[in-house]
Amino acid sequence: MAELNTGDGGGGKGGKVRSKKQNSKVDLTAMVDLAFLLITFFMLTTSLSKPQSMDLSLPDKDDDPTKNKDIKVDENRTMTVILGENNKLTYYMGLLASPKVGPKDIAYGKNGIRRELLTQKRAVIQYTGDSKKGIIVIIKPTKKSNYRNLVDILDEMQISGVSTYAIVPEFTPEETKLVDNK
Amino acid sequence: MAKIKMKKKSTSTDMTAMCDVAFLLLTFFILTATAKVPEALPVDMPSSVAQTKLPDTDLAIITIGKGKDGKSKVFFDLKGREIRKRTLEGMGAKFGVTFSEDDKAKFALMDDFGVPVANLKDIIAMKASDRTKANQPGIPIDSLDNQLKEWLLVSRRAAIDLDDKELQIAIKGDAKEQYPQIKKIMDILQDQKINSFNLVTGMRGKDF
Repeated sequence: MAELNTGDGGGGKGGKVRSKKQNSKVDLTAMVDLAFLLITFFMLTTSLSKPQSMDLSLPDKDDDPTKNKDIKVDENRTMTVILGENNKLTYYMGLLASPKVGPKDIAYGKNGIRRELLTQKRAVIQYTGDSKKGIIVIIKPTKKSNYRNLVDILDEMQISGVSTYAIVPEFTPEETKLVDNK
Repeated sequence: MAKIKMKKKSTSTDMTAMCDVAFLLLTFFILTATAKVPEALPVDMPSSVAQTKLPDTDLAIITIGKGKDGKSKVFFDLKGREIRKRTLEGMGAKFGVTFSEDDKAKFALMDDFGVPVANLKDIIAMKASDRTKANQPGIPIDSLDNQLKEWLLVSRRAAIDLDDKELQIAIKGDAKEQYPQIKKIMDILQDQKINSFNLVTGMRGKDF
């Protein structure tokens, strides 16, 4: 394999200096290894460096309050998720005065909000009997919640396949109390 | 009977061709790769499972993050050289600052920035490496002096003039940024009837 000549320092003892026949082949294995390593690196970095993005569409905002139409929805279909400070999450189903489930604190992630979302989603579809009338999630980020919380919860919507959700940063006094007590 | 002599096979293969191909590919990837320039305002993006990639052109990125001094800052970035040039012209006309051709050419190659329009000339005059070190104060977004709104208006118009396309807006926020700050930016966008935009996120592991 290795054919790179290393000039052996065999001390010629006096005698004739015999010129060794030089081998013209150079071992390229290491060079090829290096080249492929770099290729892999550049290939991976070029496609991965492009940042991902999440689409977010908000409803039209109209400054004229007379034009704002409130859409009435069945309270049995709504789930309200309040994003609190320090990565806290509180949720309840239905109206806060007479909640169907909760209000309960829950964690982000696979075993927390996602499991609950999926369960409630199924329950709502069973209740309405129409797969098009699914759950409606109302996301309420408090002033102390951070951007990561918002992206996390939007991400959960995508993972659990909840297509109707709204970001509503308005709080009723009862909800403020609920958050502050925690 | 003559003995059949087995020819001794050489174990070494000729690597020359392989080496050629490898380096050809290497050159190709190096040349097509875009060099990553350090951002003026580094932010730690939250991660999501979203797979959509951002477009390369007709895109404005609004970066919100905390600077070295701990204050929330807003930076603005536009993709596409012609749009940048056109936007700078428009902003100069609006705020009464004249930019030379040289300024415009430099601005077209710049990345994100976060200074009021009055100080933009100083930033343009700096070297690329100094821009990241310069403590840029961020673009004013107060109701009194809302320059971000102007930047957005002018750049959107530039995009329509040049490519006949609506400018895409992306928000790149720091994960630790408080919600009201993000809300403020969203409100500015919504005031201009931009109801659909992108949130730039990092990639999340599969088992999340």
